[in-house]
This record gives sequence, C-alpha cells and structure tokens, in this order.
Amino acid sequence: MTTRTPARSRRSAQAPEPEPVLVPEAAAADGYGAAEELPLIQLLTPEGERRSHPDYPLDVDAEQARALYRDLVLVRRVDAEGTALQRQGELGLWASLLGQEAAQVGSGRAMRPGDFAFPTYREHGVAWTRGVPPINLLGMFRGVNNGGWDPNEKNFMLYTIVIGSQTLHAVGYAMGIQRDGSDDAVIAYFGDGASSQGDVNESFVFAASYNAPVVFFCQNNQWAISEPTERQSRVPLFRRASGFGFPGVRVDGNDVFACLAVTRAALDRARTGNGPTLIEAYTYRMGAHTTSDDPTRYRGNDEVELWRARDPLARLRTYLVREGQADDEFFAEVEAEADALAAEIRAGCLSLPDPHPLSMFDYAYTGPHAQVEAEREELAAYLDSFTDEEAAR
Amino acid sequence: MSPAATTASDAPAAPVTLAKALNKGLRRAMEQDPKVLLMGEDIGKLGGVFRVTDGLQKDFGDARVIDTPLAEAGIIGTAIGLALRGYRPVCEIQFDGFVFPAYDQITTQVAKLYARSLGKMRVPIVIRIPYGGGIGAVEHHSESPEALFAHTAGLRVVACSNPVDGYWMIQQAIESDDPVIFFEPKRRYWDKAQLDESAGPAYGFDQAIVVRPGTDLTLAAHGPMVRTCLDVARAAEEEGRSLEVIDLRTISPLDVNTVVESVNRTGRLVVVHEAPVFFGLGAELAAQVTDRCFYRLEAPVGRVGGFHTPYPPSRIEETYLPDLDRVLDAVDRAFDH
Repeated sequence: MTTRTPARSRRSAQAPEPEPVLVPEAAAADGYGAAEELPLIQLLTPEGERRSHPDYPLDVDAEQARALYRDLVLVRRVDAEGTALQRQGELGLWASLLGQEAAQVGSGRAMRPGDFAFPTYREHGVAWTRGVPPINLLGMFRGVNNGGWDPNEKNFMLYTIVIGSQTLHAVGYAMGIQRDGSDDAVIAYFGDGASSQGDVNESFVFAASYNAPVVFFCQNNQWAISEPTERQSRVPLFRRASGFGFPGVRVDGNDVFACLAVTRAALDRARTGNGPTLIEAYTYRMGAHTTSDDPTRYRGNDEVELWRARDPLARLRTYLVREGQADDEFFAEVEAEADALAAEIRAGCLSLPDPHPLSMFDYAYTGPHAQVEAEREELAAYLDSFTDEEAAR
Repeated sequence: MSPAATTASDAPAAPVTLAKALNKGLRRAMEQDPKVLLMGEDIGKLGGVFRVTDGLQKDFGDARVIDTPLAEAGIIGTAIGLALRGYRPVCEIQFDGFVFPAYDQITTQVAKLYARSLGKMRVPIVIRIPYGGGIGAVEHHSESPEALFAHTAGLRVVACSNPVDGYWMIQQAIESDDPVIFFEPKRRYWDKAQLDESAGPAYGFDQAIVVRPGTDLTLAAHGPMVRTCLDVARAAEEEGRSLEVIDLRTISPLDVNTVVESVNRTGRLVVVHEAPVFFGLGAELAAQVTDRCFYRLEAPVGRVGGFHTPYPPSRIEETYLPDLDRVLDAVDRAFDH
C-alpha cells in the first residue's frame, strides 16, 4: 500500500534549520553581544557592575567577595607556576586553566564538604576549593605518579585524561548517594569537546533515568585543542540537556558570582531529589590547550583580545574597588600570598622524588598476582646485577 | 568464606545448573554484604537473558538489582562511581560481543584506578560475561575475548567451567578487592551438578586444578573446553593413553605452577580454548612451559582453538570450535612427535 504524504507534513519531517551558533567573532566587545541573545546568566559584568537575576539571587558580602578574589588570584598563580615549571623542564606537561578561574572557583565554592567533584585534567581551581594541595596536582605532570591522591580525602576524584570518562563515574557516585539516603551531591566537570563523547551522553541518560543528584558542569572554553565548539555541536551546548529531560542553563563562565549562584542552585536542586542539571559555563581558554600546543595555528589574536577584556579577575577587582570592599593593602596581601604559594609549589615540585623503578609493581593488584610477583623478582635481580658489578669494580 | 548456616539439610539437594548455581552464589553474596549491587540490562524483572539473576530483584529490590539503560560503557562507568562510594557492583554484560562499548572504561579506568591512586582507591567490580560459542547464535553472541582482558594489568580474569565452581567463584570474585572479569561458559549454563552450599570453597581464587589425573599428556583448558577435554581424556583412555586434564579456572593470574608440575610428570601439553589460537592463552602457556619444562618436554606444546577469522556463522561454528576430534588429533601429533 502506498500513500501520498501531504506536502506540509513532509516539510515538517525535515530536520529543522540549526539555530545560529554563537561564535566568539560574532560577539560584541561590550559584554557578551550575541551571547546575550541567549539566556546567559550574569551577575557581574566585565566592567565589574553588579547585576541581579530573578532566578539566582546571591548575597555576597565584602568578606565573601574578597575571599573569592583571593581564590582567583591564587589559582591563577598556581597555574602560572605550573606553566613556568614546564617551560623550565621541571614538568613534562601542564594544562593551563588561564581564563577559566571564575568557572572553577565559583562552581567549586558552591559545593558543600560532603559533595564530590569529578574533574578533567584542568580543574586546578576546583582542586583548590576542595582543599587539595596544589603540589598533589604536579605529580602526574612531572611524571612521578599518575595521580596518587586519595579521592575520598577531599572528595575530589583523580584527574581523568580520557575525555569525558569521569562523567559516568560522577553519575555512579550520585547513584550511591541515592542509595545511602544522603543529601550530598556531585559535580561532573567536562568541556565542550567532551560533549561529543559517548560516555558523556550516556552519563546524561543514566542521570536522567535515575534522577541522580549530579550537576554536569561544562566549561565551554570555545576550543577542543584546535577544534571550535561548533565542530562539536550544532546547538548551544546547554540546550543538549532538554533532549535528555533535564534543565540546561548557560552562565557567564568568567563571572565568579554567577557561577557560584547557578551551581549552588543546581546542587540544591540535585540534593533535594530534583535530578540533574547541565550548566554550560561560557568561558575561554586564554592559553594553549597544554604546554605542547600552539594556538596561533588555529585562532586569531582578535578573539583572544576580545576575551581578555572579559577577564574574570579584573572584573571582580574593579567591583571590589568600586564598592569600597577592598583597598590597596588587601590587594598587596593577596599578591604576597600568591608569591609565597608559588615559591612553595616550586620548592615542592623540585623535591618530588622519582619513584623507585620497582614501585611500578606495587599497585597493579591489591593482593598477590603470580605473574606480577615473578616479573618483579626478575627485574629486581636484573637491577641488582648492575649494583653488584659496580660494587665489584 | 564461612559455610552457609541456612541451607544445611540432611537430604542431598537436587543437582543444579550452572545458571542456577551462579544465581545462588549471587544471592548469598547479596545476603552477606548489603553493599553488593547487581547492574545490567534486563537483569531485573526478566532475570537476565540467561536467568542468572532470576528472582533477585524481587527479593532485594530495584535499588540493589538495577536494570540499566542499554549502554555498556554507562554500566561500567557508573559502577566505578558506585565503587568509589563504597559499593561492590556486579555488572552483567549480556553477551561477550557486547562488552566492547565498555572496553574503554574497563581497560583505561577500572583496571588502572588502584594504581593511579597509589593504592588509595579500590575498584571491587565484577564484570560477568556469558561467553563462548556452540549455541547457534547470531554474530557477536559467541566470542571468547578473555585474552584481550588478560593482557591488561589490574584486571583479574577468571572462567568457571561447572556449577560448583560457578557458585563459589562468583562469591570469591565479589569478595576480591581487585576488579574481576568473570567469564561464564554460556553453552554450559544448563550443565548440572550436585552443589553443597554448606561446605566452603574447595579451591583458592587464583588456583588451577587437576580435574582428571593422568600420566601421558596434559590437557589445559578453561570454561566450556574443560568438559570437552574430559570427553577427550575418556576417549583417549580407550586408546590406551592416560591424559591429565587441568581446569585453569583463572587466566590472570595464571597458575603456571600447576601446569608445570603436571607437564614435568607427563612430558606433553596441549592447550585448548575456543578463543583464536593466534596471540591466545595457549601461546602464553606454551612460552612459560617451554621456559620451565624445556628438558622434560617430549613434544612441542600443542594448541587447539579458534581461527584468526571473525567468529563464523553458526552453521559452520562447529568447525571453528575445538571438539573431541580436533583435540584428539592434536594429542596424536604430540605422541607422534
């Protein structure tokens, strides 16, 4: 049997025209231009002016604002020291968070102690808010370990290098919270590139299906190494959430107040049994993807300068000064603290001991494994044979 | 493991199938540890496509017997998070050929997290995989990927061959603080045996066992091929040859000592598995046994297994799979050498 399809329904069956995708070039220099045509949550403009938002009220007193500023400065200094140590050959690699400080500090400070963060390899700012010592982060970049910290100590999972894998771990942890009857909540960090990964999409499915207490915090820093966000998605990333059945929101990722307020609301939503939220923190990777990358091959300086004018630290500093909440003495203190922290990190990095070669066998398994034991003995004997020869000379 | 207190009975229980023995083992593990969870596709109301989890959701609830979305990476990835939160997830992959969407999570995450955390995070996840051919299935339902997992440090890889081992080994796997890939021979799911639940496990989790003693040649096998090798040994006996059969039970770690001890007595070894011979377990065993039994070997180590082809359509799978004749042929060659 054949039926003629009416022209109208045939048209409607066609894929809709994709929405225009915001590209940084399309954004005007004053604020976020075209981005503001989309519902971008902003509580502090690039000019340091306070905005209010009906859905995200935020009371920040002077002390809290200063504390956030201190976080931003210290985190930026940790990052700069990481880059410097790599340039001087002390680290094999460093993944810079430059430009993403507000997204990380704002979301990180929204967490309660019992909440749990699942980072990528760039979440040095989140680590800072969780109380993870910065020196811990350097081990894997120096090549003395592959992480090495206890995720349960500060509720901060090991860095995950394979893109997007950790979002599933986050949802599983959230499923555990549900089974424990706890009101803890979880943040899964990932980026615009990871949004294409199957694991991330599966994590959305699982989170929605089980109504898991998880916040998906996507730092859209516009670039997945050399590929722009529009290579990953034909719709703004936060709108992906609606297809999975939970809300998505785009926040100014360079606005620490907005990131704090929006993440806190999403975490509260999660911990009160209302399920997941996708937050797209609209930000920019000011530096290279990692110290091995050369961004001048794929993006123009105009774009970088555009985002430099939206700097997350500068706007908060302007705000603090304008509101009379901080004086020169405060800023000098923070700078001095940053200098001391950088020196401490540098010293700590240089004193990180190389692991003993045989330590590679230590944690392959929790208990004895015949082949591992045999190989360890064999290698130990081989290494000892050198010592004997040298001693015999 | 303590003997069960509740199942003691003077009358011998009816024989149970491997599928039922696994079901009983899972039930007992869940009774003993409230942190044990089951996850998988169709494992709840349906009880799994092989009914291994039959009735468990009804008795333990859907928070502990979790029907998951149809996404294998999602199953294993979320199991990692649950493990971090203190749970002991037992994941069912519906069929061998469907494990590969989860292969990334298994090999790059599950296997490595204990080492990456320098021993601070344990990942006590069990991944159950019904595996192997011989049931006339469509493609992706008959594969034997154990070597792929054994090649990844951090995973324990085991295969049960009979109901008694199925019952105890699944509990040992769940007790293990290492992640375990637990292979279940799907064509043996309906094999029956007497199961005494009140006894403890007779063997360690990392132990191969001699299931039939012999003096002239050693057959080493695991999973579905153990029964095949026992048939071979009986047939060979009629020809006047005494074959020893070893059930390897664990592939990583591999209990080479038990095989070496046997080969030092018999002087001959044939390794049998359904998985392709090329780069398979037989190659590893041949290398290790050659290394340690060089002067005791009367013949090169023989290998019988699948071929280096995609698993063939089921109408010709019996040619692909080792059977009585092919193994006997390899035995003949070992004696002819």
